[in-house]
Amino acid sequence: MPDAPDVPDVAVVAFGQSEHRANTADLSEVEMLLPVLAETLGQVGLTAGETDFTCSGSSDYLAGRAFSFTMALDGVGAWPPISESHVEMDGAWALYEAWVKLRTGEAETALVYSYGKSSPGHLRDVLTRQLDPYYLAPLWPDSVSLAALQAQALIDAGHTDERALAAIAARDRTSAEENPHAQLRGSAPPERLLDADYLVRPLRGHDAPPIGDGAAAVVLAAGDTARRLCTRPAWIRGIDHRVEPHALGVRDLTDSPSTRLAAERAGAFDAPVDTAELHAPFTSQEVVLRKALRLGDDVTVNPSGGALAANPMMAAGLIRIGEVAARIHRGASDRALAHATSGPCLQQNLVAVLEGDPR
Amino acid sequence: MSKEPVAVVGIGQTKHVAARHDVSIAGLVREAAVRALQDARLGWPDIDAVVIGKAPDFFEGVMMPELYLADALGAVGKPMLRVHTAGSVGGSTALVAANLVAARVHRTVLTLAFEKQSESNAMWGLSLPIPFQQPLLAGAGGFFAPHIRAYMRRTGAPDTVGSLVAYKDRRNALKNPYAHLHEHDITLEKVQSSPMLWDPVRYSETCPSSDGACAMILTDRGGAGRSPHPPAWVHGGAMRSEPTLFAGKDFVSPQAGKDCAADVYRQAGIADPRREIDAVEMYVPFSWYEPMWLENLGFAAEGEGWKLTESGVTELDGDLPVNPSGGVLSTNPIGASGMIRFAEAALQVRGQAGEHQVDGARTALGHAYGGGAQFFSMWLVGSEPPTS
Repeated sequence: MPDAPDVPDVAVVAFGQSEHRANTADLSEVEMLLPVLAETLGQVGLTAGETDFTCSGSSDYLAGRAFSFTMALDGVGAWPPISESHVEMDGAWALYEAWVKLRTGEAETALVYSYGKSSPGHLRDVLTRQLDPYYLAPLWPDSVSLAALQAQALIDAGHTDERALAAIAARDRTSAEENPHAQLRGSAPPERLLDADYLVRPLRGHDAPPIGDGAAAVVLAAGDTARRLCTRPAWIRGIDHRVEPHALGVRDLTDSPSTRLAAERAGAFDAPVDTAELHAPFTSQEVVLRKALRLGDDVTVNPSGGALAANPMMAAGLIRIGEVAARIHRGASDRALAHATSGPCLQQNLVAVLEGDPR
Repeated sequence: MSKEPVAVVGIGQTKHVAARHDVSIAGLVREAAVRALQDARLGWPDIDAVVIGKAPDFFEGVMMPELYLADALGAVGKPMLRVHTAGSVGGSTALVAANLVAARVHRTVLTLAFEKQSESNAMWGLSLPIPFQQPLLAGAGGFFAPHIRAYMRRTGAPDTVGSLVAYKDRRNALKNPYAHLHEHDITLEKVQSSPMLWDPVRYSETCPSSDGACAMILTDRGGAGRSPHPPAWVHGGAMRSEPTLFAGKDFVSPQAGKDCAADVYRQAGIADPRREIDAVEMYVPFSWYEPMWLENLGFAAEGEGWKLTESGVTELDGDLPVNPSGGVLSTNPIGASGMIRFAEAALQVRGQAGEHQVDGARTALGHAYGGGAQFFSMWLVGSEPPTS
């Protein structure tokens, strides 16, 4: 990134999330989101409307109505009027837009939030509407089947096998035992997991993320404001995102060149990271991401349990950034990588590198 | 910290029509993007990032269609952002793209907004089902008509003002080859005798439903130096939002619109918008919104906006031309409508607006709004680079 010397450093100074649940029929999206906003802003002594900029991410298709984000904004309370924007993307990209805004110097603080309720519909069907509307969507190929194609390609190429995938699932869900927000906590040992029937061959139930509802929020701050709000800000040293072709047939599903390029541009390879939170909804996708990000066994991967423990649509990517930031805040990490994805089989990927000041 | 100045060096639009049966969604957006690249004499490799915007995904029935459009927009291997801020989205999208240049994250960015409304029925797409809304609000017109009534009652404006706006905009559209509606036989009498849709809004005072896309190439000082045509320079840009409904909300002149305009004028050093701005492209989906926004944006004192319209000030040859392109009343691919306003403002200060060029335009305002008159985005462009 062509850094001018006077471009402000931007940090994550607060992060909060809901308890992710399979069904929140008792809550509207706004009711799910508001406690998360209050808790997150409260960490830095702010209320909604006090940040210079607000940016959110959500999907009308999950909500089942047009302009669904306006309901959330009404709940947030944009009065007096606020400087605000919205992306129809995972909240990680809302954070990216806010990061750019802070880098212009027009704002010193930003509230970023995102949320998604998958429970009202059938997510596997809903996500087929994300595919090429002329050639692919009419066939209704569902998200698990597409991920299974990718997993089989990885197995055929000798990059993994079903047992290794089960080990990833067991590791993430065991890590999630320490995460009170996770939807799935704890796991049988990998060899027992392999006794289960296939969900879509070669994927079993444990290889797929839980379907559920959740929300997350982050507060960003620049320079001295970040230092004032947070004892150990999680500085965003680099952040970049890239997209790949949509048609699966023209992609090598065993690789993620977009993740590798985003990581390069974010400076991920300039120095080792101690922690990585990967937005890999399927076990097989962690294999792709580890290779693209050159993560060794010395890196702690998905201490939160990752997307295999909780995968609220539109929020799961933002949560990866929030999770590593929270570890930096409390001194459990010094330099960490966060990854977010969107689209079928890791089509679009974002990589952020965050650091704490030396202790 | 000093921001990088942002220049508009390429603009491309499709010919907006009711239904583009001849192209896919990808074909539609690519047409606008290629025209913007040709205008800037740039190729796909010159583009560092793509920022795309559109209104609700339900209008085409594709969830997050930018994923499928990545190939058509040359975005493969590049960053791609998708903005959605309701009707203001075309403007917001341009502002998000401009910030990428201003923050020196990227040097040259393609920004594009589109809607292919023939894929669905936008009026019913905007009519929310129970329990979100009472069943009588059919489309945006049903929502906005009472607020127009409130304006008329508040200001005592004569009933005919709305028809004057529609008559002007539809005639301006005849000079714009990209406009959707080309009503060569339009007369004021025809506007005034067209069927009443949402009292006081008549059929001819209502925006059409269009298929269309608009694209712009934004770049930094270096890029502007290589531009084959005069660039438009961004002197100010802002977004403001307020809640849909709350006690004390002024639907006639929302505070968020006033605040947004004030922020843009402050950035651009505009003290008297009426004197210092040469042309305005404002988001007028229903005729009466011209006088309403004239007041909201500070071009007229409260209650006086309709007098500017009535006295011909906002005509193409008037003192403050409003919507020389024909505006939203003549062309409305919803997600693109805001960006068309921003792009038309840029065309004016570049001197490239053709038959609907405002003579000597050096400063122009692009304006968009959306939701329940709650989301605003605006930019002010000039023929000269910003001095500060």
